[in-house]
Amino acid sequence: MNVNFILITLLLGAIITYLSGNKQARNVATLFGVLSFGMTLYASILFMNGTDVSFVSKWMTKPNVSYALHADGLSLLMLLLNTFLTPVIILCSIGNNHKNARLLYALVLFMAFAMGGTFLASDGLAYYVFWELALLPIFAIGMLWGNDSRESRKKAMYKFFIYTFAGSLFMLIGIIYLYTKANSFLLSDFLQIDLSSKEQAYIFFAFFLAYAIKIPVFPFHTWQANTYEKSPAIGSMLLSGIMLKMGLYSVIRWQIPLTENISSTIQNTVIILALIGVIYASFIALKSTNIKRILAYSSMAHVGLITAGAYTYNANGFQGVAIQMIAHGIVIVALFFLAEILYQRYGTYDITEMGGIRSQAVRFSSYFLIFVFASVGLPGTFSFIGEFTLLLSLSEYKIIYAIIGGTTIIFGAYYMLKMFQTAMLGPQNSKTFKDVSGYEHLILLLLALVVLFFGLYPKPITDLLMTTL
Amino acid sequence: MNTLIALAILSVLVLVMEIINLRKIIVPVTIIGLLATLGISVSEWDTNQSFYHSMIVVNKTNMLFSGLFIVLTIFLVALSESFYKPIYNKIADFVSIKLFLLIGAICMTCFGNMVMFFLGLEILSISLYVLAGSDFTNIKSNEAGMKYLLLGSFASGFVLFGIAMIYGATASFNITNIHELWAQQPTWFSFGAVLVLIGLLFKVAAFPFHFWAPDVYQGSPILTTALMSTLAKVAAVAALFKLYLIFTPGLPTAFNSMLVFIIMATMLVGNIMALQQNNVKRMLAYSGISHAGFMLMTLLSAETATPYLFYYAAAYSIAGIAAFSAVLYVCQGMDDEDISSFKGLVYRKPLMAIVLAGGLLSMAGIPVMAGFFGKLFLFENTLNAGYTFLVIWAVINSIISIYYYFRLMITAFSKPETEITNNNKKHYTMYMLIGMISVIISIAIGIYPDLILGLF
Repeated sequence: MNVNFILITLLLGAIITYLSGNKQARNVATLFGVLSFGMTLYASILFMNGTDVSFVSKWMTKPNVSYALHADGLSLLMLLLNTFLTPVIILCSIGNNHKNARLLYALVLFMAFAMGGTFLASDGLAYYVFWELALLPIFAIGMLWGNDSRESRKKAMYKFFIYTFAGSLFMLIGIIYLYTKANSFLLSDFLQIDLSSKEQAYIFFAFFLAYAIKIPVFPFHTWQANTYEKSPAIGSMLLSGIMLKMGLYSVIRWQIPLTENISSTIQNTVIILALIGVIYASFIALKSTNIKRILAYSSMAHVGLITAGAYTYNANGFQGVAIQMIAHGIVIVALFFLAEILYQRYGTYDITEMGGIRSQAVRFSSYFLIFVFASVGLPGTFSFIGEFTLLLSLSEYKIIYAIIGGTTIIFGAYYMLKMFQTAMLGPQNSKTFKDVSGYEHLILLLLALVVLFFGLYPKPITDLLMTTL
Repeated sequence: MNTLIALAILSVLVLVMEIINLRKIIVPVTIIGLLATLGISVSEWDTNQSFYHSMIVVNKTNMLFSGLFIVLTIFLVALSESFYKPIYNKIADFVSIKLFLLIGAICMTCFGNMVMFFLGLEILSISLYVLAGSDFTNIKSNEAGMKYLLLGSFASGFVLFGIAMIYGATASFNITNIHELWAQQPTWFSFGAVLVLIGLLFKVAAFPFHFWAPDVYQGSPILTTALMSTLAKVAAVAALFKLYLIFTPGLPTAFNSMLVFIIMATMLVGNIMALQQNNVKRMLAYSGISHAGFMLMTLLSAETATPYLFYYAAAYSIAGIAAFSAVLYVCQGMDDEDISSFKGLVYRKPLMAIVLAGGLLSMAGIPVMAGFFGKLFLFENTLNAGYTFLVIWAVINSIISIYYYFRLMITAFSKPETEITNNNKKHYTMYMLIGMISVIISIAIGIYPDLILGLF
């Protein structure tokens, strides 16, 4: 049993989903998603007991490329997130009756395949190929099933694709440069090269461009809000839940190990940029009334904090990043799902048109409150552990950053609670709101349980991480 | 050598078949004959001989390029079956001209003597002039043929003048002699070498000799554009590469800097102009110019770059066949091939849209398709040779090119405003089949580049 089987399952799942016709597509896709999650769990358990589940095989000889999948605690954790969220995301779209469903779900599984490959790959070229492959399905999903008019959708998706692709091409130059030094694309070989600090700076920038655009870090964030708004719910969930984790994961896995002697000026600049992004995003989230935009900017604020913690280059930082990635992934998917339910009931994304839902739908607003608190980082929820660790790492680096980071949590609370208040509380709205039931209830319950469980008992996850860090 | 003889027999056979009234089976017989010729060229891979006082040199590299040309011709002849249906009584002429063109292309890469090279160049060019002007009822085609004839002959004149200079300096047409005797050369050796290379740069349509390409590509019938864009371009680049290897020691040192400038300008001009085109053939012409710029990057690391040039040439030409199959289908019988005619292709003929997407994605350099690895190998080689700035420039140009390739692709995948009633065009099966085969080959060599690189 090695991790390659999981990727093959996802790819096969994509093909079979496409072939199974529009009616059955969602069920088939969910099946394959759950199957791959089970396999990942199994692989993680094997890994914890000491078995090696990695997979390496030679791909090409002329340029020395291998198809190498390296399974350690961190990558298995990310793969778990990926395969857990994929069936959840597919199930979230039960309420929408998408046209040409088989293509949509096949693309979702294909994207899970590509993202899984990015998390596992330890060969530079395989990593780059998977990274680029993940772009194509999300581009198609945004174009074909998005909201708003055709023209604005096209513009948003074009901007997203070309912007992200441009960053990745610079990363490719960095990878090729490292290849000319190491004569192999394997990460383990990259780590053995002796790079002068000037070279390290160049490599840092090459990778940084790609990741800054993907995560996004201010000022490379302009593609995000429009893309999230114009994508369908399934697209925004994939983007915010898993895809941007690709960028954060790569920072810890690829960029930082290769550039250990980076000058502190660069480090400080990047951390300051990340923190500026958090404050900037919080302000815009305060002002927005479109719930998808609020969630997009809140996502940017959270990952800004994660990025700042990542670039402190200390062990607490890495642990905090890993934990917070999982926490943020689950919480943001849940929040987008709630937004989608609101849209299905009310037909609008504008929170000023909502209100007084609490009196009509107690369960829905309770879930909303739970996830708002989880997003803010209330103790007892999963994100608290992550945020705490990140603030700890920032304080180890420079106490001022921790103070700024801490104040951003206050901002987070402000706009999230304001959103809750506008949407849920207040005088009863004239439109009726059916409470959550059936599958919606189930999914929200599942996600809430995960958030609370790991909030109180994060040991399994930290154990998995300890082996790597 | 057997390859050439087989091809010559085949082309004469095609003309004879027309005479003895076997028109219907000309195309199938040609394809079978070409497949047999491909087999013959494969069998010649491990020989290392020269024939007729080293007029023709047969070795692995030459035969591999010849094999690529033969494969491309098979595709093009299969496409001509459908394309020339309205004027089917002339099919023998078109097929035989394509075969002559192929002979010219092979002579251009398998030469051991400058005269043979020029012969091949002229056979290729004259066949192309005829094909460019072959749609004689269309005034644009006449214009294209005329322009190409005049400018192409002028360029051939440069080449001939250069060859004469080289002969004057070295007293030999034989390329091994020329390559060895560079040390004690008078100035007109360099002069002649540069002239020959400039003449070939014209054929490749590099800046600043590219001005003929958009008009000629737009005016020619679509199949001829496909041929010019794939077979002729790849043959010219291969010949240019070979000549550069022969002349390298004797070229003035400033030539390299000039080459870098030409490459950068070619890429830039090709991409910037392609951004603004609304005519599909013109857009593909300009994109072909920028691809020629990419392929010229291999000249900077010429000693080790032959496999990578071959890979890029194969990837680019197969992608071109795929893209042009889709264009052939959509723009049948149209006078003005605008991008908007592709609108909603995925709803009418989804497989054709996939073929188009496959070709365009490969040309844009998206992973999994062959074009990605082609660009990767080029970047790696050029970085190794020390031209970091050029690689960054190439990367920026790749980013620019995504825009216009994706624009065409998105148009094909978007919904048309009104329902188009005249949905079913003819010859769908053949075009789709060829396109699909090209896309599959493209993906296959994109996932396993060793299939091609391992041959060297």
